Amino acid sequence: MRFLPFVLRNLKRKKTRTLLTIGSIAVSLFLFGLLVAIESGLNAGVDVAGADRLVIRNRISLIQPLPLAYQQQLLQIPHVEQATFSSWFGAVYQDQRNFFPQFVIDTDTYREVFPEYEIPDEQWQAFLADREGAVVGRATADRFGWQLGDRIPLQGTIFPGTWELNIRAIYEGREAEADETQLWFHDAYLEERRRWGKGLVGWYTVKVDDPEHAVEVAAAIDERFSNSAWETTTETERAFAAGFAKQIGNIRLIVLSIGAVVMFTLLLVTGSAMATAVRERVPELGVLKTIGFGDTTVLGLVLAESVLIAVVGGGIGVVLAKLFTLGGDPTGGMLPTFHLGGDAMAAGLALSLVVGLLAGAIPAATAMRLEIVDALRRV
Amino acid sequence: MVRVDGSDSDTALIRVRKLNKKYRRGAETIDVLQGLDLDVDPGEFVAFMGPSGSGKTTLLNLLGGLDVPTSGSVTVDGDEITHMSGRRLARWRARHVGFIFQMYNLIPVLTAEQNVELPLLLTSLSRDRRRRQVATALELVGLADRMKHYPRQLSGGQEQRVAIARAIVTDPTFLLADEPTGDLDRTSADEILNLLTSLSKDYGKTILMVTHDPRAAERASVELHLDKGALVEAGRAEVAS
Amino acid sequence: MAIPVSYNVRSVAARWTTTVVSVLGIAGTVGVFLAMLAMARGFQATLIASGSPDNVIVLRAGADTEMTSAVNLEQVRVIADAPEVARGEDGRPLLSPEVVVIGAFPLATTGTDANVQIRGVSDTVLQVRPKVELVEGRFFRPGLAELVVGRNAVTTYQGFTLGSTVEIGGLDWRVVGVFSTGGTAFDSEVWCDATLLNQTFSRPEGIFQSVTARLTSRAELGALEDRLTADPRLTVDVTGEQAYYAKQSEMVSTLIRALGFLVALVMAVGAVFGALNTMYSAVAARAREIATLRALGFGGGSVVASFVLESVLIALVGGAIGCLAVLPLNGFTAGTMNWQTFSHLAFAFQVTPALMVWGLAFAGFMGLVGGLLPALRAARMPVAAALREL
Repeated sequence: MRFLPFVLRNLKRKKTRTLLTIGSIAVSLFLFGLLVAIESGLNAGVDVAGADRLVIRNRISLIQPLPLAYQQQLLQIPHVEQATFSSWFGAVYQDQRNFFPQFVIDTDTYREVFPEYEIPDEQWQAFLADREGAVVGRATADRFGWQLGDRIPLQGTIFPGTWELNIRAIYEGREAEADETQLWFHDAYLEERRRWGKGLVGWYTVKVDDPEHAVEVAAAIDERFSNSAWETTTETERAFAAGFAKQIGNIRLIVLSIGAVVMFTLLLVTGSAMATAVRERVPELGVLKTIGFGDTTVLGLVLAESVLIAVVGGGIGVVLAKLFTLGGDPTGGMLPTFHLGGDAMAAGLALSLVVGLLAGAIPAATAMRLEIVDALRRV
Repeated sequence: MVRVDGSDSDTALIRVRKLNKKYRRGAETIDVLQGLDLDVDPGEFVAFMGPSGSGKTTLLNLLGGLDVPTSGSVTVDGDEITHMSGRRLARWRARHVGFIFQMYNLIPVLTAEQNVELPLLLTSLSRDRRRRQVATALELVGLADRMKHYPRQLSGGQEQRVAIARAIVTDPTFLLADEPTGDLDRTSADEILNLLTSLSKDYGKTILMVTHDPRAAERASVELHLDKGALVEAGRAEVAS
Repeated sequence: MAIPVSYNVRSVAARWTTTVVSVLGIAGTVGVFLAMLAMARGFQATLIASGSPDNVIVLRAGADTEMTSAVNLEQVRVIADAPEVARGEDGRPLLSPEVVVIGAFPLATTGTDANVQIRGVSDTVLQVRPKVELVEGRFFRPGLAELVVGRNAVTTYQGFTLGSTVEIGGLDWRVVGVFSTGGTAFDSEVWCDATLLNQTFSRPEGIFQSVTARLTSRAELGALEDRLTADPRLTVDVTGEQAYYAKQSEMVSTLIRALGFLVALVMAVGAVFGALNTMYSAVAARAREIATLRALGFGGGSVVASFVLESVLIALVGGAIGCLAVLPLNGFTAGTMNWQTFSHLAFAFQVTPALMVWGLAFAGFMGLVGGLLPALRAARMPVAAALREL
């Protein structure tokens, strides 16, 4: 600690260079934060999936429906505590670009299966009381400036016509990673107005009494409906969400490759800045050693400079990224969530620490190995 | 007493025996020092003279533990430094040696005060103790009013005085000065020499100085000449002429 | 008076480490930028190529994809009677009423399910879409549970190799042929008999989801559209096939492009910082030389020009390296989910010369920005002071 003022002085020596190096690192860590937020947005469902929930879909694909009658049959299967269903509604609000997911839900059972969405009780009651009522996530409500009581016209694509819904409740996720972009309304309302597909629902979600029974229950469900006209595929909610995310393509690979390119460049930028700093200061380092500064102390001084630059830059970058994510999804609703978690921020800082150490390693070793007699001669 | 004949004495602070230093330049080997002997008692102010390339700086580097001899030994205050590891040598330098360079070698980004404090950072002294010692050293060199100045805001003579303050702030066993007046005008050089003389006379500091300048050498208590890799005592009259 | 470029070249060589750093920084930025654009372009091109300018697609009014559309047999007959619809040699109207089912099949790479478009087509489809070319086996026979599989579908999903049997909707289908459309969206599809597919999924008979028709001439698109939308027996939308597929690519390619621009922009800021660092240290290292040049009579403008030129040249080298690094991606096949059809689609990256020109221009711009400030500092340095320095 007693050397800190000295290290700081050295950093102020070439202000432009120090600031630019800090800037490069800040930019890279900002990008890192952004990529993490995008990646976790695309994987959103996976992180928040309940371990005690199973998703049951038509074996052919998610697009194919299942009969409403399955709800009662699912409840008879051992370890199933509750079964709820939803369907994809897929309507357009004003313009195709205003995309957000809409589902019809079974209002009797939905909240019991998905307790992580928080809705004020009086709002939920208002929703239940209004056949044309809807619940909307905080993010989507904010995006379009919807208030409770607003009447929203949706243009059906699967179910033709204009569907007008009243916003009766706004839900918020308990966790920061929760998807707050959805809109839900009564299955009963759709059932009443739909011209085809009556008695069919999109998919079921069941709650099992203990996650340990999940595999067993999944097998039992698929067995129960095999050889019927509506065969099923049952998987844990996590597997379901992961499969969905995987279809988008190997986003993780893209994110990792960009990240690797950026980190490599960063290492070079910081490393070269530190190498220049050491090169310029060879005689001074010689003086320090003459005075009695040990090799490890000199090594530490150079490393400390490099690490300080990296961590300050990294900190700025991570904080900027966090602020950016608080500003909302830049793709306009394509990502269900856009959030940078505390652990990702810590990982970013750790990453910049590593960059600082690696980038400083060679120059610091050069400084450490410097022979005093040679160093002084270069005055 | 200063002796160059290699005869033992009990009083010597610095004892050099059969010091050899060879350099290799391509295929050629250059013998800079050949069997050099030296004994310096505490409180002496020794000046080394000699033409360029005679090995003055090499000798100083060996005495200060900055370089390793090809053979022979250097013993200071009972410690033989020629076989110390790099780490021990660094610690030894910090405790026992104060260096003064021709080009002052102050750290440009630090103030006079911080430059002087630098060697104290290697000790376990408290911040307050360090402050006080720095103030004392700067006062001693007459720069108490320049504590907050940066090297570039000081004249050459002032810079060298800061360097001397840095050399004495840890109260080292001896001082090594390499052409301390080589880059200064006559007036500033005299100031520096007065300071060194005073350090030797009034504070009993042992000082070993390499110089080209006969006027500087004159101020020392003993003048030695480096000739063919060994030391020769020079008579005052000889030098003066 | 211009300072000769050879001067810059020698100075760059003298400080090669920092130069390499800024070259690589710019190369990385340009590389990522181009890769993202090549991906967006490839995705878009795949879908646009799927449509033919000679074809129209007819959907139920208001439906934006086949998935949400329905057209019944009577309506198909009305469309077939339209004079703008081309006839085959046997006099039959060239149109294919089609149904689409999405089936989940495991991806070859990850083993996880992906949504595959299973398209029921009519036997006229080969004339309606002359691009379709059988590369292996034969076409399916109407009424039989046989599949022809797109070239990319064979490699992307498990179990679609020629001769294998696939279970869809409780019926076993045999793969009898592999077709290619030259890298369009159809190459990711599986085709079979429309009527049989409808039966398999117990859908009402005579209901299709879309009708693709070949025009007598591409100029007739407007005429057919007017005729069909005015017909009281029909409630349909008529879209040029190309426009239809172009629209399908919009969402995903816009997303890729938006993310690409965002990432490239942020990286560019970092790369400019790197370039600035390099050029500032170049200016600092050459303070005396610059002063000497000024003393010799070179003006401030020439100093600025010389440094900016150096920076731009360094950046262009970086840009060129970035372009070359991305080049092997050309033709690289990736897959993603197309949100608009809810199905998986294989597409190839397209690194075009035009994109590479953009990449170089981007690099040059970064060099310009990174060189200007240091160049100005160099020009503003007082000559006398700089000469004394060092």
